[in-house]
Amino acid sequence: MEQFVMALTIFALAIFVGFEVINKVSPILHTPLMSGSNAISGIILIGALLSAGTQDTTTTTILGFIAVVFATVNVVGGFMVTHRMLEMFKRKDKK
Amino acid sequence: MSTTIVNIIYLIASVLFIFGLKGLTHPKTAVRGNLLGAVGMFLAVLVTLLDRNIVSFEIIAVGLIVGASIGVFLAVKIKMTDMPQLVGLFNGFGGAASVLVASAALIEVVLVTKTPAAQITIATVASGLIGSVTFWGSMVACGKLQGLVTDKPVRYKGEQFVKITLLLGCIVAGALIVTNPEAIHYYWILVALASVLGVMLVMPIGGADMPVVIALLNSYSGLAATATGFVLQNNVLIIAGSLVGASGIILTNIMCKAMNRSLANVLFGGFGEVDVIEDVDDIYAGKIKSTSPEEVAMLLESARKVLVVPGYGMAVAQAQHAVNELFNLLGAKGITMDFGIHPVAGRMPGHMNVLLAEADIPYDNLLEMDASNSLMGQIDVVIVIGANDVINPVARTDPKSPIAGMPIIDVDKAKTVVVIKRSLSPGFAGIHNPLFALDNTLMLFGDAKTMIQETVIAFKEA
Repeated sequence: MEQFVMALTIFALAIFVGFEVINKVSPILHTPLMSGSNAISGIILIGALLSAGTQDTTTTTILGFIAVVFATVNVVGGFMVTHRMLEMFKRKDKK
Repeated sequence: MSTTIVNIIYLIASVLFIFGLKGLTHPKTAVRGNLLGAVGMFLAVLVTLLDRNIVSFEIIAVGLIVGASIGVFLAVKIKMTDMPQLVGLFNGFGGAASVLVASAALIEVVLVTKTPAAQITIATVASGLIGSVTFWGSMVACGKLQGLVTDKPVRYKGEQFVKITLLLGCIVAGALIVTNPEAIHYYWILVALASVLGVMLVMPIGGADMPVVIALLNSYSGLAATATGFVLQNNVLIIAGSLVGASGIILTNIMCKAMNRSLANVLFGGFGEVDVIEDVDDIYAGKIKSTSPEEVAMLLESARKVLVVPGYGMAVAQAQHAVNELFNLLGAKGITMDFGIHPVAGRMPGHMNVLLAEADIPYDNLLEMDASNSLMGQIDVVIVIGANDVINPVARTDPKSPIAGMPIIDVDKAKTVVVIKRSLSPGFAGIHNPLFALDNTLMLFGDAKTMIQETVIAFKEA
């Protein structure tokens, strides 16, 4: 239970940090913010790695494997496409 | 590697995510912000792979290679006009991964301890529920954006009843999991019910409300990761998921405000069932002045300030590159051309900005709604490209209208308005637009791209 309360504390504080950090987002960047933050939510990948790698049962290994694929698409694709979009914004900045 | 070191690396990754997101909120720091986020992710993954519980790397390697290949392929190949679908797809994948990880964790925890603590099983339920809704909701949203599923709101009698029943079903299945964690089939029943719920939640939402849906699903994908973090008792999952959850909620809120509607209204009310009471002839008959590209070119020549108001129609017609040509042409003659961008123009938050950036329009020329409106008095010519409801003056004048009170770009206050549109058909909200009949409005009927191209040719020849 103690661990749970700790986790809850971290959760509540992280939500507040999120609100404060993103509060003044420039409307130009709504899409990159969304795809970039989406890539960060691919952090679920580390959970997937543990499920796939520990190989407790065949079922968990298979579930973990599929999760690794999904999460990796999310992480790699997300960061790359965000970068691609942001480069388009940056290019004009130098002109 | 000891747990302490792993957790310290996770902390560093969390801090990098926070700096990354902070960077993503400003154009000058955005590229660096995104890279910081990627570095954080790389560190977190790396330290996880060194975890001593991992006995086999073959499966992981295959999964990483397959996933990374698909990710790279999509990220490189996707057209900018298809970006809303891709963002939706990635949201969904995050949700799906959460569902699977939570299920594997539940199986493992039941193997180790016959009776897992209630907070773990409750978190598993949350993860399965939010993750499934995110995945299937995103799939439907993608289908709508891609044109595979109708982008009209699909409404039917008893719709709310169906959704509530499904939600209750999920709660019952969830309660059964908490009381009998070893009966894993309840988890899959929950996932099945939540999947149907996800489909049912997004089907009734129409295309123009997609910015809200995409932003909300973005938030959900983060919250699903958070819930899984509670299951695995993993702090970096909780922190990263919460940050994304918060960011998605902020965007959702911005989108709702830009339509003067509550989230509940977008999700459960919605447009599309409004009866068009007004008589079309009363508004339009004898008052519509149609124009030609040549005439528009002449108007632009004598203008000093031009404002373009783009909407989803510009994306559909892929007119952004033609618009850039016009932008450069006018710029060379010392005529300023800015862009007035409504927050909900397009199919996802920031959709228009991405398209115009792709077409090389400098972001200094992309104005927010308020900035556009305060400039409006000085604007000689407004060109509306494929936007409708976001410029409908009815939002200001008719309190009974479905879009009453929605903030709009006041193009009617400019000296001349040119509306490029295929026909006089109403916009998404299903209401007619008296703007088209105003004295200072000229209608340029046709495909947005063709019309802009012809205007460019006429402008060059003049």
